[in-house]
Amino acid sequence: MFRNNYDNDSVTYSPTGRLFQVEYALEAIKQGSAAVGLASKTHVVLVGLKRNAEELGSYQKKLIKIDDHMGVALAGLAPDARVLSNFLRKQAMNSKMVFNRPLSVSKAVYSIADKAQQNTQSYGSRPYGVGLLVSGYDDTGAHLYEFQPSGSVLEYYGASIGARSQAARTYLERNLEKIRDCETPEELIVHGLNALRDTLSQDVELTFKNTSVSIVGKDTKFTTYDDEDVQQWLDKLDSVTNSTHRDEDDDEEAGDNAEDQDVTEDRMETDE
Amino acid sequence: MVTVRSESNLKNATMNHDPFAWGRPDDNVYGKYNQSIAQAKNNELDAFPKMHTQQPIITGTSVLGIKYKNGIIMAADNIGSYGSLLRFSNIERIIKVGSETVVGVSGDISDFQQLERILEELVISEENYDNQGENNLRAPHVHEYLTRVLYNRRNKMNPLWNSIIVGGFDNDKTPFLKYIDLLGVTYGSSTLATGFGSYLAIPLLRKLIPDDKDYSNIEEEDAKKVIQECMRVLFYRDARSGEKFTLVTVNDEGVKFEKDVEVTGQSWEFAKNLVGYGSKQL
Repeated sequence: MFRNNYDNDSVTYSPTGRLFQVEYALEAIKQGSAAVGLASKTHVVLVGLKRNAEELGSYQKKLIKIDDHMGVALAGLAPDARVLSNFLRKQAMNSKMVFNRPLSVSKAVYSIADKAQQNTQSYGSRPYGVGLLVSGYDDTGAHLYEFQPSGSVLEYYGASIGARSQAARTYLERNLEKIRDCETPEELIVHGLNALRDTLSQDVELTFKNTSVSIVGKDTKFTTYDDEDVQQWLDKLDSVTNSTHRDEDDDEEAGDNAEDQDVTEDRMETDE
Repeated sequence: MVTVRSESNLKNATMNHDPFAWGRPDDNVYGKYNQSIAQAKNNELDAFPKMHTQQPIITGTSVLGIKYKNGIIMAADNIGSYGSLLRFSNIERIIKVGSETVVGVSGDISDFQQLERILEELVISEENYDNQGENNLRAPHVHEYLTRVLYNRRNKMNPLWNSIIVGGFDNDKTPFLKYIDLLGVTYGSSTLATGFGSYLAIPLLRKLIPDDKDYSNIEEEDAKKVIQECMRVLFYRDARSGEKFTLVTVNDEGVKFEKDVEVTGQSWEFAKNLVGYGSKQL
């Protein structure tokens, strides 16, 4: 049977110029549950869909605070994310201690990008199996970055990683202008949850148990909302189930939602 | 018999009052002090014990700093003294760090040169390398960094023997002026001076700015005038000071160095009346 000879380590190129181990690491992100990030001009929101391994077990944490002005959302191997976020926390503390200033978001994210890149170029090491969305607010404003195990870092207005994240990306693309013009953090969180909702599979809905929300921005320290604290945000949604699935099987509710403009718009878009 | 002796030793465990071993236990408590412990060597060839800085060697005297409404002014002369000998007359003790910060250093000149190298490395890593143009290295950051460097060296019992004034702009673009010394002690004020200047110049500077917040009413000319007056008084009364100095102005137009400024308006009329310092015979 055919076997790939070029994926035993991350330092050997395939004849077509690919690094398979690095590509597998990128696949690991897609195994994790979805995380969505979006930025207005003043604030950045991260939302995540938490998974629990079994009914009686706890949910895996999706959002990690780095400092008062910065936090990350993860998708993929949670232990790798812990290592990276501990490193980021160390960098943030160092910046406060040595320079009396908060770590700039771009510096922070490039520092872990450098760590990840080294792993793609040294024999015997494994690339990190986790993707991060890094949100932060500094001298230069609100920033959202996506970090990948390949060492690449890109800045976004809206980004999503993890399982079925394409659906969230589609939502963000369609609502980009509304998101960029959000006046209040509340609107931004609702857009985030709407995007996250689109990644849900048919039998799942957003609950206060499986949803994490965080916000950071101008005059707003990095804050996460978990468990009961999330309910206030879920209450602002017109529905906690995926809109595409809703369209398929609950026509009788159409009358109830007719007044809600957002939903009508959603329908028009999905009907196209 | 043995037990009795050890008990009596404890009871009589007294301090050694010999001036050269003052404060140590008496020899009859733990035995004679092993002098070779203090003879630790740097290496086999070097018979001297390891020693840290005990005193500055070549020194620079006072640095003065003052805030005014648009920025700060700093001044320091160009003398490097070897004890009471004015050994060098071309030492530039105020340096620019980054684009809008100045650091003035008094005390040991070789430690100042070490600080110059440390600060150049800082500028390379923070201003030049891997930087998207944001995150400028401003005065409060340079100040915090220097505080860490000096406090760290003091904790190694090997201080950098300097007093430093950092001047520039704060994060909110208001004038910034703070002091650091060899112990890592730091404080800020609208008027600052190191060394002899803290006795002679501070009262004159405070005459212009009696209350810390009042700097915002001070014009550049007035601040400059009082700094020049202070440099004159220091030249009169501080025997380690020089006639030429560097005057640095930091304001929204940038950093301006005026070199080889001379102490003006000197009057030595009083000198002929001085009596009793050995030069004049009665």
